[in-house]
Amino acid sequence: MYDCGKIIAGLVIFVGLFTSPFWYDLSSSTALQTPNPVLPTKADQNECVASLEFMRRDHMALLNEWRTEVVRDGITYYRSANGREFEMRYTKTCLGCHPDPSQFCDQCHNYIGVSLYCWDCHNKPALQRQGPQLAEILSPKSEILNKHQMQNPKQLKLMFSHRR
Amino acid sequence: MNAIFSLVAVIVIIAAAFLGASIPRLDFLFGVVFPYAAITVFLAGIIYRVIKWSASPVPFHIPTVAGQQKSLPWIKDSPLESPHNTWGVIGRMALEILFFRSLFRNTKMEMKSGPKLVYGSSKYLWLGAIAFHWSMLIIVLRHLRLFMQPIPSFVLGLDSLDGFFQVGLPGLYITDVLILIALSYLILRRLTVRRIRYFSLASDYFPLFLLFSIAGTGVLMRYFYRIDLVNVKELAVGLFSFHPAVPQGTGVLFYVHLFLVCTLLAYFPFSKLMHMPGIFLSPTRNLANNSRMKRHVNTWNHPVRVHTYEEYEDEFREKMREAGLPLDKE
Amino acid sequence: MAGPKLKPEELASKIKYNLPPNGWMDQPVEFREGTFNYSGNPKNVEYLQLPNPRKWQPTDPDWQLPENWKEIILEGLRDRLHRFRSLQIFMDICVRCGACADKCHFFIGSGDPKNMPVMRAELLRAVYRKDFTLAGKIFGKYAGARELTLDVVKEWFYYFYQCTQCRRCSVFCPYGIDTAEITLLVRELLSLIGVNIDWIVTPVANSFRTGNHLGIQPHGFKDSIDFAVDELESITGVKVEAPINKKGAEILFITPSADYFGSPHYYTLLGYLALFHEIGLDYTWSTYASEGGNFGSFLSHDMMKSLNAKMYAEARRLGVKWILGGECGHMWRVVHQYMNTLNGPADFLEEPVSPVTGTKFGNARSTKMVHICEFTADLIKNGKIKLDKSRNDNRRVTFHDSCNPARALGLIEEPRFIIRNACNNFFEMPENTIKEQTFCCGSGAGLGTDENLEMRMRGGLPRANAVKFVKEKHGVNFLGCICAIDKATLPPLMEYWVGGVDVGGVHELVGNALIMKGEKERTTDLRGDPLHIEGNRHV
Repeated sequence: MYDCGKIIAGLVIFVGLFTSPFWYDLSSSTALQTPNPVLPTKADQNECVASLEFMRRDHMALLNEWRTEVVRDGITYYRSANGREFEMRYTKTCLGCHPDPSQFCDQCHNYIGVSLYCWDCHNKPALQRQGPQLAEILSPKSEILNKHQMQNPKQLKLMFSHRR
Repeated sequence: MNAIFSLVAVIVIIAAAFLGASIPRLDFLFGVVFPYAAITVFLAGIIYRVIKWSASPVPFHIPTVAGQQKSLPWIKDSPLESPHNTWGVIGRMALEILFFRSLFRNTKMEMKSGPKLVYGSSKYLWLGAIAFHWSMLIIVLRHLRLFMQPIPSFVLGLDSLDGFFQVGLPGLYITDVLILIALSYLILRRLTVRRIRYFSLASDYFPLFLLFSIAGTGVLMRYFYRIDLVNVKELAVGLFSFHPAVPQGTGVLFYVHLFLVCTLLAYFPFSKLMHMPGIFLSPTRNLANNSRMKRHVNTWNHPVRVHTYEEYEDEFREKMREAGLPLDKE
Repeated sequence: MAGPKLKPEELASKIKYNLPPNGWMDQPVEFREGTFNYSGNPKNVEYLQLPNPRKWQPTDPDWQLPENWKEIILEGLRDRLHRFRSLQIFMDICVRCGACADKCHFFIGSGDPKNMPVMRAELLRAVYRKDFTLAGKIFGKYAGARELTLDVVKEWFYYFYQCTQCRRCSVFCPYGIDTAEITLLVRELLSLIGVNIDWIVTPVANSFRTGNHLGIQPHGFKDSIDFAVDELESITGVKVEAPINKKGAEILFITPSADYFGSPHYYTLLGYLALFHEIGLDYTWSTYASEGGNFGSFLSHDMMKSLNAKMYAEARRLGVKWILGGECGHMWRVVHQYMNTLNGPADFLEEPVSPVTGTKFGNARSTKMVHICEFTADLIKNGKIKLDKSRNDNRRVTFHDSCNPARALGLIEEPRFIIRNACNNFFEMPENTIKEQTFCCGSGAGLGTDENLEMRMRGGLPRANAVKFVKEKHGVNFLGCICAIDKATLPPLMEYWVGGVDVGGVHELVGNALIMKGEKERTTDLRGDPLHIEGNRHV
């Protein structure tokens, strides 16, 4: 007894599964589309809180740190490497330069499959979106809108200031 | 000694990757040439080994039975421990492959004075093995988010499941913790249990150290010395869609991780790691206990010298006649 | 039988699980009296046309191997790798997890690390790596490879004749690696250069010539059966028929030859004779196929086939419908897992049907051979025989699952069902020592010799210890089993480690309890022991 048929079938399944990223990417029309975050164009928005390299790798850690410092320690200003001071406010400082997350954050985040939970608390600036997306967000069932109503950032701020 | 040999081997591999990837012009080698070569060796090697195994027939029907056979209709058989048909075998194999059934049976013998032998259940090896293998599988599947574009939804689902506890940022994966604990246990067990160390070969330590280094560099890159994941994905998708391009500034640590993975892939077909395909072909597990129901054919069943009844009667005819036993030839 | 030189306590205190300081490859084997078997008698080696017959002993410095012995072994290994996928897989996939280590009765009883199943297999694997794998060729010792030398051959001889092919390790192995398979193949390799043991070669030669391993010739066989018939009559008052070599009988009955020449096997034979008479079975014994046990299966696949061929050949010659097999261990491994493949198809026989109950034995429909326990369990279930359990009241019984019926057939409940119906006092040993986890008697696969007695007592310790446990807890005084080697080797084992426990077959208990038409009142059991014992009066 050799069971050649079963063994070959097994090998085909194994090779098929193992090489599935090849078939998947080769047949995907968007495989080679890389993220294209929209960068600020205004003259006074030419400098971020840290270097490009640092921000690409470590922004999440920085944001995490800011959150802790603001909420727990009451520190509200951040001094960057070149001495410039920034207010540690996500909505003002970050979104000030990058107003539309879908054009900025989501570009890379969707690409590498990292979900954000910024919008669990913060109001996602969705109103700047256009077309059908807008309608979707404004519909009564919209999760984002509901969250916005329930958890207004101002209320949140009050909650946290109380804890301080 | 064997452990030190393996440890040195892994350190040399890490050092080679560290030095090699620091040289800018070697990016292409580490980022493109090695991965393609490793995948080729892995696949070709496994196919070659499995075909080589299959070239030898299964001459006899030798399942190791671990439960009641199917015999009389009123005796309850155990279809998963002593399967009598293909479905039972599939069930038994599934239990073995997915849940390590036989290892779960493990006991520990102790001799007390008297002498008195006692056997206790011993599930640590099973726990370590299952924690390692399942973590490994989930981690590999999670990596598909960096290999596939667009990302299939099951990968995202698995990712959020694995990061369920939302500890820290980037979120801690449960499997990252488990795999490091499980590998540490398996390494320590091999090093500290003298009986196991006695028969452990360099080729037993090497894959453990290699896997630990792979998991370790992965953890470092996620939680401590982060790298640019967009670059990583561009490189990976480029490889998988045969448009290889090496983005700049991905970081040396990443290349060390990648090179270790390449080493593992290329080493796999020549090592004991072949237990992965091998378990499917193990004749004591993948055959039904139906030996007397269905004839198993041996392809090389060559004739052997036998002592025929005629020869026997020729030798003992007189004695048989005297004893009054019937004879074929008077 | 003389016991080992050491007293049980002394032997037990000598069992240490210490490890030698140097690596296993640098630890040469030592042939210590009492722990190995003597070499095959050259006369019988020659009779079987096996290679290199000569006078030698394992303790000789020179084993007088053929000049090209190394070539023969490596060529033999290559050939077997091509013929046995099992060997290929078992050589390649072991991860040395160590789950098997303390599952082997020889390791438990000897403490010798090379008796861990993983180590036993490594003895072959190391040579395999050296000559058949790339890594072994390049990295040598670091890849676990080892040059084949005379010392390695000596080690093979010592340790592969310290394995009873019980397959307990295979149950615990996550990949089912079967040491019995490896052991048999290494014994084949050793046999190629004339390295055999006598308690295999001589029984095989006897079986080949006379049909049974004791070398009993046809007239001796008949005498023995006739004697048993008389003895049964004196116990029961019933004269039974025992046809021999009868053409046209419905069923051919084959049982190990020890049943009609050995004790306590003999009482099981009386049980068979009584049972077959009582149900009026149309059956026959055979002198040509007068051995169920297959000593060939301890030596090589070819020898297994050669000896086993007699069963089907005799069934065909006598024109029976199917074959019934008696209580035996490795015989049943061969019948269940090998016979139909080696010597089938048995298309000249019919699918077995019990002539008494009409039950079809569908599980034996292709091989056409039924285990006596399956047969009797069916009789009892259908109420075809009457059993007086109280006749076994002088027995407090436990049951030793013989390795092969348990782990090759899964014959677990049938004998228990019979025992429960044949006696009132049945107690199980601890669960890690019975059923699929059963421990070997320590003397199977050709190792049951006097010269190997110390190792047998060591290997049998786990079994004996479990019996001792139920003896102390439940007052067990009878160890039931369904294997001829068990019946031969458990009594000295019990005497050595436990004391006060008799060994006997399941059908001995059936014979005791069986109410026969026209029988006189029984005053003794089949052993001649009085039925009435103090405080346990037979009614």
